[in-house]
Amino acid sequence: MEKIKLIDEKGKRIDGRGAKDLRPIKIKVHPLNRADGSCYIEWGTNKVIASVYGPKEAQPKHLQDPLRAIVRCNYDMASFSVDERKRPGPDRRSSEISKVIGEALENAVLTNLFPRTMIEVNIEVLEADAGTRCTGLTAAGIALADAGIPMRDIPAACAGGKVDGKIVVDLRKEEDQAGDADLPIAILPRTKEILLMQMDGDLSEKEFYELLDLLADACINISEMQKKALLDRYKQEEDVEEDKETEGKKTENKEIKKEEEE
Amino acid sequence: MSKSVVSAIRKDYLYKLAQDGKRMDDRKFDEYRKITIEPGVITHAEGSARVRLGKTEVCAGVKLELGEPYADSPNSGVLITNSELLPLASPDFERGPPRENAIELSRVVDRGIRESGMIDFEKLCIEPGEKVWKVFVDLYVLDHNGNLFDACALAGLAALCTAKIPFERFGLGKDVPLPLATSPPISCTHVKFNGALMADPSLDEELIADARLTIALDEKSHFRAIQKGEAGSFTLDEVKEITKMAQSNVEKIRNIFKKAVKR
Repeated sequence: MEKIKLIDEKGKRIDGRGAKDLRPIKIKVHPLNRADGSCYIEWGTNKVIASVYGPKEAQPKHLQDPLRAIVRCNYDMASFSVDERKRPGPDRRSSEISKVIGEALENAVLTNLFPRTMIEVNIEVLEADAGTRCTGLTAAGIALADAGIPMRDIPAACAGGKVDGKIVVDLRKEEDQAGDADLPIAILPRTKEILLMQMDGDLSEKEFYELLDLLADACINISEMQKKALLDRYKQEEDVEEDKETEGKKTENKEIKKEEEE
Repeated sequence: MSKSVVSAIRKDYLYKLAQDGKRMDDRKFDEYRKITIEPGVITHAEGSARVRLGKTEVCAGVKLELGEPYADSPNSGVLITNSELLPLASPDFERGPPRENAIELSRVVDRGIRESGMIDFEKLCIEPGEKVWKVFVDLYVLDHNGNLFDACALAGLAALCTAKIPFERFGLGKDVPLPLATSPPISCTHVKFNGALMADPSLDEELIADARLTIALDEKSHFRAIQKGEAGSFTLDEVKEITKMAQSNVEKIRNIFKKAVKR
Protein backbone atom coordinates (compact mmCIF):
# COMPACT_ATOMS: atom_id res chain seq x y z
CA MET A 1 0.00 0.00 0.00
CA GLU A 2 1.25 3.45 -0.86
CA LYS A 3 2.24 5.48 2.16
CA ILE A 4 0.09 8.58 2.50
CA LYS A 5 1.83 11.88 3.02
CA LEU A 6 0.77 13.18 6.40
CA ILE A 7 2.65 16.49 6.34
CA ASP A 8 2.92 18.65 3.21
CA GLU A 9 5.77 20.90 2.04
CA LYS A 10 4.47 23.84 4.05
CA GLY A 11 4.47 21.77 7.24
CA LYS A 12 0.67 21.54 7.32
CA ARG A 13 -0.96 18.31 8.50
CA ILE A 14 -3.80 16.55 6.63
CA ASP A 15 -6.44 18.55 8.47
CA GLY A 16 -4.55 21.81 7.92
CA ARG A 17 -3.12 22.02 11.44
CA GLY A 18 0.43 23.05 12.27
CA ALA A 19 2.66 20.86 14.45
CA LYS A 20 1.57 22.48 17.73
CA ASP A 21 -2.14 22.94 16.95
CA LEU A 22 -4.80 21.00 18.83
CA ARG A 23 -8.00 19.75 17.25
CA PRO A 24 -11.09 21.78 18.22
CA ILE A 25 -12.24 21.00 21.77
CA LYS A 26 -15.80 21.47 23.09
CA ILE A 27 -16.56 20.85 26.75
CA LYS A 28 -19.90 20.50 28.49
CA VAL A 29 -19.86 20.31 32.28
CA HIS A 30 -22.48 18.28 34.19
CA PRO A 31 -24.46 16.78 31.29
CA LEU A 32 -25.71 13.88 33.47
CA ASN A 33 -28.21 13.98 36.32
CA ARG A 34 -27.60 10.84 38.38
CA ALA A 35 -23.82 11.18 38.69
CA ASP A 36 -22.27 13.45 41.33
CA GLY A 37 -20.09 15.04 38.67
CA SER A 38 -19.90 14.61 34.90
CA CYS A 39 -18.39 16.03 31.74
CA TYR A 40 -18.98 15.56 28.02
CA ILE A 41 -16.14 16.45 25.72
CA GLU A 42 -15.77 16.57 21.96
CA TRP A 43 -12.12 16.63 20.93
CA GLY A 44 -11.86 16.52 17.16
CA THR A 45 -14.05 13.52 16.30
CA ASN A 46 -13.56 11.99 19.76
CA LYS A 47 -16.72 12.03 21.84
CA VAL A 48 -16.25 11.05 25.46
CA ILE A 49 -18.46 11.25 28.53
CA ALA A 50 -17.08 10.94 32.06
CA SER A 51 -18.88 10.62 35.37
CA VAL A 52 -17.84 10.59 39.02
CA TYR A 53 -19.62 8.92 41.96
CA GLY A 54 -18.40 9.39 45.50
CA PRO A 55 -16.68 9.52 47.85
CA LYS A 56 -18.75 6.46 48.80
CA GLU A 57 -18.23 3.26 50.75
CA ALA A 58 -15.38 1.27 49.18
CA GLN A 59 -16.64 -1.96 47.65
CA PRO A 60 -15.37 -4.68 47.76
CA LYS A 61 -14.40 -4.04 51.35
CA HIS A 62 -10.88 -5.49 51.16
CA LEU A 63 -9.92 -2.55 48.92
CA GLN A 64 -10.63 -0.05 51.72
CA ASP A 65 -7.67 1.99 52.88
CA PRO A 66 -8.01 3.16 56.50
CA LEU A 67 -5.92 6.26 55.75
CA ARG A 68 -7.20 7.49 52.39
CA ALA A 69 -9.75 7.22 49.60
CA ILE A 70 -9.11 4.96 46.64
CA VAL A 71 -9.84 6.10 43.08
CA ARG A 72 -11.24 3.47 40.72
CA CYS A 73 -11.55 4.16 37.02
CA ASN A 74 -13.63 2.32 34.41
CA TYR A 75 -12.60 3.21 30.89
CA ASP A 76 -14.86 1.68 28.24
CA MET A 77 -15.36 2.04 24.52
CA ALA A 78 -18.83 1.81 22.99
CA SER A 79 -19.22 -0.95 20.42
CA PHE A 80 -20.03 1.62 17.73
CA SER A 81 -17.21 4.04 18.58
CA VAL A 82 -14.86 2.53 15.99
CA ASP A 83 -15.18 1.39 12.36
CA GLU A 84 -15.23 -2.31 13.10
CA ARG A 85 -17.68 -3.14 15.91
CA LYS A 86 -15.94 -3.68 19.24
CA ARG A 87 -17.32 -6.39 21.50
CA PRO A 88 -19.02 -4.56 24.39
CA GLY A 89 -17.52 -4.85 27.86
CA PRO A 90 -14.03 -4.76 29.39
CA ASP A 91 -11.00 -6.20 27.60
CA ARG A 92 -7.23 -6.18 28.23
CA ARG A 93 -6.70 -2.79 26.60
CA SER A 94 -9.49 -1.04 28.49
CA SER A 95 -8.39 -2.63 31.79
CA GLU A 96 -4.86 -1.29 31.37
CA ILE A 97 -6.08 2.18 30.44
CA SER A 98 -8.48 2.16 33.41
CA LYS A 99 -5.57 1.33 35.69
CA VAL A 100 -3.19 4.06 34.49
CA ILE A 101 -5.90 6.75 34.37
CA GLY A 102 -7.13 5.77 37.85
CA GLU A 103 -3.60 6.06 39.21
CA ALA A 104 -3.07 9.43 37.54
CA LEU A 105 -6.30 10.82 39.01
CA GLU A 106 -5.59 9.38 42.47
CA ASN A 107 -2.41 11.48 42.53
CA ALA A 108 -4.37 14.69 41.99
CA VAL A 109 -7.15 13.97 44.52
CA LEU A 110 -6.61 14.84 48.19
CA THR A 111 -7.36 11.25 49.14
CA ASN A 112 -6.33 11.64 52.78
CA LEU A 113 -9.51 13.67 53.37
CA PHE A 114 -11.78 10.67 52.78
CA PRO A 115 -10.39 7.57 54.52
CA ARG A 116 -12.02 4.17 53.78
CA THR A 117 -13.97 5.53 50.81
CA MET A 118 -13.93 5.02 47.09
CA ILE A 119 -14.22 7.57 44.30
CA GLU A 120 -15.54 5.97 41.15
CA VAL A 121 -14.67 7.50 37.78
CA ASN A 122 -16.39 6.16 34.66
CA ILE A 123 -15.19 7.07 31.19
CA GLU A 124 -17.28 6.08 28.17
CA VAL A 125 -15.87 6.62 24.70
CA LEU A 126 -18.85 7.11 22.38
CA GLU A 127 -16.72 7.87 19.33
CA ALA A 128 -13.00 7.27 18.96
CA ASP A 129 -10.46 8.97 16.71
CA ALA A 130 -7.05 8.55 18.46
CA GLY A 131 -6.17 10.08 21.82
CA THR A 132 -9.18 8.73 23.71
CA ARG A 133 -7.28 8.07 26.94
CA CYS A 134 -6.15 11.72 27.04
CA THR A 135 -9.63 12.92 26.12
CA GLY A 136 -11.07 10.66 28.82
CA LEU A 137 -8.59 11.79 31.47
CA THR A 138 -9.19 15.47 30.65
CA ALA A 139 -12.95 14.89 30.96
CA ALA A 140 -12.50 12.91 34.19
CA GLY A 141 -10.55 15.82 35.71
CA ILE A 142 -13.46 18.14 35.02
CA ALA A 143 -16.00 15.60 36.30
CA LEU A 144 -14.04 15.29 39.57
CA ALA A 145 -14.06 19.07 39.99
CA ASP A 146 -17.78 19.13 39.13
CA ALA A 147 -18.39 16.51 41.84
CA GLY A 148 -16.68 18.83 44.33
CA ILE A 149 -13.78 16.45 45.01
CA PRO A 150 -10.82 18.40 46.45
CA MET A 151 -7.72 18.14 44.25
CA ARG A 152 -4.26 19.63 44.13
CA ASP A 153 -5.11 20.78 40.61
CA ILE A 154 -7.25 19.57 37.71
CA PRO A 155 -5.18 17.12 35.65
CA ALA A 156 -4.99 17.70 31.90
CA ALA A 157 -3.78 15.30 29.24
CA CYS A 158 -2.61 15.34 25.64
CA ALA A 159 -0.84 12.95 23.29
CA GLY A 160 1.81 13.68 20.70
CA GLY A 161 4.13 11.80 18.41
CA LYS A 162 6.29 11.69 15.37
CA VAL A 163 4.76 11.81 11.92
CA ASP A 164 6.78 11.81 8.68
CA GLY A 165 9.86 12.43 10.85
CA LYS A 166 8.35 15.55 12.47
CA ILE A 167 7.29 16.11 16.07
CA VAL A 168 3.57 16.99 16.35
CA VAL A 169 1.00 17.19 19.13
CA ASP A 170 -2.52 15.71 19.27
CA LEU A 171 -2.40 12.92 16.70
CA ARG A 172 -5.53 12.06 14.75
CA LYS A 173 -6.29 8.51 13.68
CA GLU A 174 -4.41 8.54 10.37
CA GLU A 175 -1.35 10.01 12.05
CA ASP A 176 -1.53 7.55 14.94
CA GLN A 177 -1.76 4.55 12.62
CA ALA A 178 0.89 5.60 10.10
CA GLY A 179 3.09 7.61 12.49
CA ASP A 180 6.42 6.63 14.00
CA ALA A 181 5.69 7.29 17.66
CA ASP A 182 2.86 8.00 20.10
CA LEU A 183 3.37 9.58 23.53
CA PRO A 184 0.33 10.31 25.71
CA ILE A 185 0.97 12.26 28.91
CA ALA A 186 -1.09 13.79 31.69
CA ILE A 187 0.23 16.53 33.93
CA LEU A 188 -0.82 18.58 36.89
CA PRO A 189 -0.69 22.02 35.23
CA ARG A 190 0.23 23.98 38.37
CA THR A 191 3.38 21.98 39.19
CA LYS A 192 3.89 20.31 35.80
CA GLU A 193 4.29 16.95 37.53
CA ILE A 194 3.75 14.06 35.14
CA LEU A 195 0.89 11.79 36.23
CA LEU A 196 0.61 9.55 33.20
CA MET A 197 3.15 8.73 30.53
CA GLN A 198 3.14 5.94 28.01
CA MET A 199 4.96 5.62 24.74
CA ASP A 200 5.43 3.34 21.79
CA GLY A 201 7.40 3.84 18.60
CA ASP A 202 10.80 5.36 18.03
CA LEU A 203 12.00 8.75 19.35
CA SER A 204 15.56 10.04 19.80
CA GLU A 205 16.44 11.61 23.15
CA LYS A 206 16.29 15.09 21.57
CA GLU A 207 12.93 14.38 19.95
CA PHE A 208 11.55 12.97 23.20
CA TYR A 209 12.36 16.08 25.23
CA GLU A 210 11.21 18.39 22.43
CA LEU A 211 7.87 16.58 22.31
CA LEU A 212 7.53 16.61 26.11
CA ASP A 213 7.96 20.39 26.10
CA LEU A 214 5.31 20.82 23.41
CA LEU A 215 2.93 18.50 25.25
CA ALA A 216 3.37 20.38 28.53
CA ASP A 217 2.39 23.61 26.72
CA ALA A 218 -0.58 21.86 25.11
CA CYS A 219 -1.72 20.57 28.51
CA ILE A 220 -1.56 24.10 29.93
CA ASN A 221 -3.80 25.26 27.06
CA ILE A 222 -6.21 22.43 27.75
CA SER A 223 -6.15 23.28 31.44
CA GLU A 224 -7.33 26.82 30.61
CA MET A 225 -10.23 25.36 28.59
CA GLN A 226 -11.12 23.08 31.51
CA LYS A 227 -11.22 25.97 33.95
CA LYS A 228 -13.25 28.14 31.58
CA ALA A 229 -15.81 25.36 31.06
CA LEU A 230 -16.20 24.90 34.82
CA LEU A 231 -16.55 28.61 35.47
CA ASP A 232 -19.13 28.94 32.68
CA ARG A 233 -21.13 26.09 34.14
CA TYR A 234 -21.30 27.69 37.56
CA LYS A 235 -22.22 31.00 36.01
CA GLN A 236 -25.18 29.21 34.40
CA GLU A 237 -25.94 27.51 37.70
CA GLU A 238 -26.30 30.89 39.39
CA ASP A 239 -28.77 32.02 36.71
CA VAL A 240 -30.79 28.82 37.07
CA GLU A 241 -30.85 29.10 40.86
CA GLU A 242 -32.19 32.62 40.57
CA ASP A 243 -34.93 31.46 38.19
CA LYS A 244 -35.85 28.66 40.56
CA GLU A 245 -36.11 31.04 43.47
CA THR A 246 -38.52 33.33 41.68
CA GLU A 247 -40.50 30.34 40.39
CA GLY A 248 -40.70 28.92 43.88
CA LYS A 249 -42.12 32.20 45.13
CA LYS A 250 -44.73 32.21 42.37
CA THR A 251 -46.03 28.74 43.25
CA GLU A 252 -45.99 29.64 46.92
CA ASN A 253 -48.15 32.66 46.16
CA LYS A 254 -50.51 30.52 44.12
CA GLU A 255 -50.89 28.04 46.95
CA ILE A 256 -51.58 30.80 49.43
CA LYS A 257 -54.23 32.22 47.11
CA LYS A 258 -55.83 28.80 46.76
CA GLU A 259 -55.97 28.39 50.51
CA GLU A 260 -57.54 31.81 50.86
CA GLU A 261 -60.18 30.93 48.28
CA GLU A 262 -61.03 27.75 50.14
CA MET B 1 -25.73 -4.96 42.50
CA SER B 2 -27.00 -2.61 45.16
CA LYS B 3 -30.46 -1.22 44.69
CA SER B 4 -31.56 2.35 45.29
CA VAL B 5 -34.27 2.64 47.90
CA VAL B 6 -36.99 5.26 48.09
CA SER B 7 -37.38 6.56 51.61
CA ALA B 8 -40.61 5.70 53.42
CA ILE B 9 -41.52 9.37 53.71
CA ARG B 10 -41.12 9.93 49.97
CA LYS B 11 -43.07 6.78 49.21
CA ASP B 12 -45.93 7.96 51.43
CA TYR B 13 -45.81 11.33 49.72
CA LEU B 14 -46.02 9.76 46.25
CA TYR B 15 -48.93 7.57 47.41
CA LYS B 16 -50.73 10.60 48.80
CA LEU B 17 -50.16 12.64 45.65
CA ALA B 18 -51.44 9.77 43.51
CA GLN B 19 -54.64 9.60 45.57
CA ASP B 20 -55.22 13.25 44.64
CA GLY B 21 -54.48 12.47 40.99
CA LYS B 22 -51.09 14.18 41.10
CA ARG B 23 -47.46 13.28 40.40
CA MET B 24 -44.32 14.71 41.89
CA ASP B 25 -43.29 16.49 38.66
CA ASP B 26 -46.79 17.92 38.10
CA ARG B 27 -47.52 15.61 35.18
CA LYS B 28 -50.92 14.05 34.53
CA PHE B 29 -51.11 10.27 34.92
CA ASP B 30 -51.05 9.74 31.15
CA GLU B 31 -48.51 12.44 30.38
CA TYR B 32 -45.01 11.74 29.04
CA ARG B 33 -41.89 13.71 29.88
CA LYS B 34 -40.26 15.72 27.10
CA ILE B 35 -38.80 13.52 24.35
CA THR B 36 -35.86 14.64 22.22
CA ILE B 37 -34.40 12.43 19.50
CA GLU B 38 -31.07 13.39 17.96
CA PRO B 39 -30.14 11.01 15.12
CA GLY B 40 -26.73 10.63 13.46
CA VAL B 41 -24.60 11.63 16.46
CA ILE B 42 -21.83 9.04 15.92
CA THR B 43 -20.09 9.21 12.55
CA HIS B 44 -18.31 5.85 12.98
CA ALA B 45 -21.62 4.05 13.47
CA GLU B 46 -23.78 2.93 10.53
CA GLY B 47 -26.71 4.53 12.32
CA SER B 48 -27.02 6.24 15.69
CA ALA B 49 -29.28 8.30 17.91
CA ARG B 50 -29.23 9.98 21.27
CA VAL B 51 -32.60 10.03 23.01
CA ARG B 52 -33.61 12.02 26.05
CA LEU B 53 -36.81 11.17 27.90
CA GLY B 54 -37.00 13.74 30.65
CA LYS B 55 -33.68 13.28 32.43
CA THR B 56 -33.17 9.74 31.13
CA GLU B 57 -30.63 9.54 28.34
CA VAL B 58 -29.69 6.71 25.98
CA CYS B 59 -27.24 6.54 23.07
CA ALA B 60 -27.86 3.82 20.50
CA GLY B 61 -25.54 2.76 17.70
CA VAL B 62 -26.02 0.35 14.81
CA LYS B 63 -23.08 -1.57 13.35
CA LEU B 64 -23.21 -4.05 10.46
CA GLU B 65 -20.84 -6.95 9.89
CA LEU B 66 -20.72 -9.81 7.42
CA GLY B 67 -21.35 -13.25 8.88
CA GLU B 68 -23.03 -16.61 8.50
CA PRO B 69 -26.84 -16.88 8.75
CA TYR B 70 -28.55 -19.20 11.23
CA ALA B 71 -29.08 -22.71 9.85
CA ASP B 72 -32.89 -22.45 10.15
CA SER B 73 -33.05 -19.18 8.18
CA PRO B 74 -30.34 -19.32 5.49
CA ASN B 75 -31.88 -16.46 3.50
CA SER B 76 -32.18 -13.95 6.34
CA GLY B 77 -29.89 -11.39 7.89
CA VAL B 78 -29.29 -11.50 11.63
CA LEU B 79 -30.34 -9.00 14.32
CA ILE B 80 -28.50 -8.77 17.64
CA THR B 81 -29.72 -6.28 20.23
CA ASN B 82 -27.62 -5.61 23.29
CA SER B 83 -27.95 -3.10 26.09
CA GLU B 84 -25.25 -1.80 28.39
CA LEU B 85 -26.30 -0.36 31.74
CA LEU B 86 -23.18 1.78 32.09
CA PRO B 87 -21.85 2.58 35.57
CA LEU B 88 -22.04 6.22 34.38
CA ALA B 89 -25.81 6.08 34.41
CA SER B 90 -26.63 5.13 37.97
CA PRO B 91 -24.89 4.30 41.26
CA ASP B 92 -26.68 0.93 41.04
CA PHE B 93 -24.99 -0.14 37.80
CA GLU B 94 -21.65 -1.92 37.84
CA ARG B 95 -19.34 -2.83 35.02
CA GLY B 96 -19.21 -6.38 33.79
CA PRO B 97 -21.36 -8.70 31.72
CA PRO B 98 -25.07 -7.80 31.37
CA ARG B 99 -27.31 -9.08 34.14
CA GLU B 100 -31.01 -9.94 34.34
CA ASN B 101 -32.28 -6.35 33.99
CA ALA B 102 -30.08 -5.51 31.03
CA ILE B 103 -30.99 -8.78 29.32
CA GLU B 104 -34.74 -8.25 29.79
CA LEU B 105 -34.35 -4.70 28.44
CA SER B 106 -32.48 -5.76 25.31
CA ARG B 107 -34.85 -8.65 24.65
CA VAL B 108 -37.93 -6.43 24.88
CA VAL B 109 -36.40 -3.88 22.50
CA ASP B 110 -35.23 -6.72 20.22
CA ARG B 111 -38.75 -8.17 20.02
CA GLY B 112 -40.18 -4.76 19.19
CA ILE B 113 -37.84 -4.48 16.20
CA ARG B 114 -37.87 -8.12 15.07
CA GLU B 115 -41.56 -8.94 15.27
CA SER B 116 -42.67 -5.67 13.71
CA GLY B 117 -41.15 -6.79 10.44
CA MET B 118 -39.67 -3.30 10.03
CA ILE B 119 -36.35 -4.73 8.84
CA ASP B 120 -36.55 -6.64 5.59
CA PHE B 121 -34.23 -9.47 6.63
CA GLU B 122 -34.38 -11.21 3.26
CA LYS B 123 -32.77 -8.19 1.65
CA LEU B 124 -29.82 -8.55 4.06
CA CYS B 125 -28.82 -11.86 2.48
CA ILE B 126 -25.81 -11.82 0.15
CA GLU B 127 -25.25 -15.55 -0.44
CA PRO B 128 -27.94 -17.91 0.93
CA GLY B 129 -26.57 -20.07 3.71
CA GLU B 130 -23.14 -18.46 3.41
CA LYS B 131 -22.99 -14.73 3.83
CA VAL B 132 -25.49 -12.30 5.31
CA TRP B 133 -25.41 -8.94 7.08
CA LYS B 134 -25.50 -9.08 10.87
CA VAL B 135 -27.15 -6.01 12.33
CA PHE B 136 -25.95 -5.09 15.82
CA VAL B 137 -28.08 -2.63 17.78
CA ASP B 138 -26.18 -1.53 20.88
CA LEU B 139 -28.02 0.52 23.49
CA TYR B 140 -25.83 2.50 25.89
CA VAL B 141 -27.70 3.91 28.88
CA LEU B 142 -25.97 7.15 29.91
CA ASP B 143 -28.34 8.52 32.54
CA HIS B 144 -31.00 6.43 34.32
CA ASN B 145 -33.93 8.47 35.58
CA GLY B 146 -36.70 5.99 34.92
CA ASN B 147 -38.38 4.28 31.95
CA LEU B 148 -35.37 2.83 30.16
CA PHE B 149 -37.70 0.60 28.11
CA ASP B 150 -39.24 3.44 26.11
CA ALA B 151 -36.03 5.46 25.86
CA CYS B 152 -34.06 2.44 24.61
CA ALA B 153 -36.78 1.39 22.18
CA LEU B 154 -36.91 4.88 20.66
CA ALA B 155 -33.11 5.15 20.49
CA GLY B 156 -32.78 1.74 18.85
CA LEU B 157 -35.51 2.48 16.30
CA ALA B 158 -34.14 5.93 15.49
CA ALA B 159 -30.63 4.51 15.01
CA LEU B 160 -31.99 1.82 12.67
CA CYS B 161 -34.10 4.28 10.68
CA THR B 162 -31.02 6.38 9.95
CA ALA B 163 -28.68 3.41 9.31
CA LYS B 164 -26.93 2.52 6.07
CA ILE B 165 -25.40 -0.72 4.86
CA PRO B 166 -21.62 -0.12 4.78
CA PHE B 167 -20.89 -1.67 1.37
CA GLU B 168 -18.03 0.78 0.93
CA ARG B 169 -16.16 -0.29 4.06
CA PHE B 170 -16.24 -3.91 2.89
CA GLY B 171 -15.28 -2.98 -0.68
CA LEU B 172 -18.63 -4.14 -2.08
CA GLY B 173 -19.82 -0.92 -3.72
CA LYS B 174 -21.76 2.08 -2.53
CA ASP B 175 -23.49 2.45 0.84
CA VAL B 176 -27.30 2.15 0.74
CA PRO B 177 -29.89 2.87 3.42
CA LEU B 178 -30.93 -0.13 5.51
CA PRO B 179 -34.07 -1.59 3.84
CA LEU B 180 -36.98 -0.99 6.18
CA ALA B 181 -40.40 -2.34 5.36
CA THR B 182 -42.88 -0.70 7.69
CA SER B 183 -43.11 2.08 10.17
CA PRO B 184 -42.07 0.76 13.59
CA PRO B 185 -44.36 0.08 16.53
CA ILE B 186 -43.95 2.54 19.40
CA SER B 187 -43.72 1.20 22.92
CA CYS B 188 -45.31 2.78 25.98
CA THR B 189 -44.47 1.78 29.54
CA HIS B 190 -46.75 2.18 32.53
CA VAL B 191 -46.52 1.40 36.22
CA LYS B 192 -49.00 0.72 38.96
CA PHE B 193 -48.52 1.55 42.60
CA ASN B 194 -51.11 1.70 45.36
CA GLY B 195 -53.81 1.17 42.72
CA ALA B 196 -52.83 4.19 40.57
CA LEU B 197 -51.79 3.72 36.94
CA MET B 198 -49.37 6.08 35.25
CA ALA B 199 -47.47 6.35 31.97
CA ASP B 200 -43.73 6.99 31.57
CA PRO B 201 -42.63 6.37 35.17
CA SER B 202 -39.94 8.55 36.70
CA LEU B 203 -37.20 6.80 38.66
CA ASP B 204 -38.99 7.08 42.02
CA GLU B 205 -42.27 5.89 40.52
CA GLU B 206 -40.48 2.96 38.94
CA LEU B 207 -38.71 2.03 42.18
CA ILE B 208 -41.92 1.92 44.24
CA ALA B 209 -44.01 0.30 41.47
CA ASP B 210 -45.89 -2.91 42.22
CA ALA B 211 -46.15 -3.80 38.55
CA ARG B 212 -45.04 -2.55 35.16
CA LEU B 213 -46.59 -2.98 31.72
CA THR B 214 -45.02 -2.14 28.36
CA ILE B 215 -47.23 -2.16 25.27
CA ALA B 216 -46.03 -1.58 21.71
CA LEU B 217 -48.62 -0.47 19.16
CA ASP B 218 -48.19 -0.19 15.40
CA GLU B 219 -49.72 2.36 13.01
CA LYS B 220 -53.02 0.48 12.91
CA SER B 221 -53.04 0.51 16.71
CA HIS B 222 -52.53 -3.27 16.75
CA PHE B 223 -50.64 -4.79 19.66
CA ARG B 224 -47.13 -5.81 18.51
CA ALA B 225 -45.29 -6.49 21.77
CA ILE B 226 -46.16 -6.67 25.45
CA GLN B 227 -44.05 -7.15 28.55
CA LYS B 228 -45.34 -7.22 32.09
CA GLY B 229 -42.76 -6.80 34.85
CA GLU B 230 -42.36 -6.78 38.66
CA ALA B 231 -44.24 -8.89 41.19
CA GLY B 232 -47.58 -7.02 41.29
CA SER B 233 -50.62 -7.79 39.14
CA PHE B 234 -53.10 -6.04 36.84
CA THR B 235 -56.85 -6.57 36.54
CA LEU B 236 -58.41 -6.76 33.09
CA ASP B 237 -59.91 -3.29 33.59
CA GLU B 238 -56.50 -1.90 34.45
CA VAL B 239 -55.03 -3.38 31.27
CA LYS B 240 -57.86 -1.72 29.30
CA GLU B 241 -57.16 1.61 30.95
CA ILE B 242 -53.45 1.32 30.17
CA THR B 243 -54.26 0.44 26.56
CA LYS B 244 -56.26 3.64 26.27
CA MET B 245 -53.39 5.69 27.69
CA ALA B 246 -50.97 3.99 25.31
CA GLN B 247 -53.19 4.64 22.28
CA SER B 248 -53.31 8.35 22.95
CA ASN B 249 -49.56 8.61 23.64
CA VAL B 250 -48.35 6.47 20.75
CA GLU B 251 -49.65 8.95 18.19
CA LYS B 252 -47.82 11.86 19.83
CA ILE B 253 -44.60 9.90 20.19
CA ARG B 254 -44.79 8.63 16.61
CA ASN B 255 -45.06 12.21 15.36
CA ILE B 256 -41.97 13.25 17.34
CA PHE B 257 -40.17 10.17 16.06
CA LYS B 258 -41.08 10.73 12.40
CA LYS B 259 -40.04 14.36 12.58
CA ALA B 260 -36.66 13.43 14.07
CA VAL B 261 -35.75 10.63 11.65
CA LYS B 262 -37.52 12.20 8.65
CA ARG B 263 -39.23 8.99 7.59
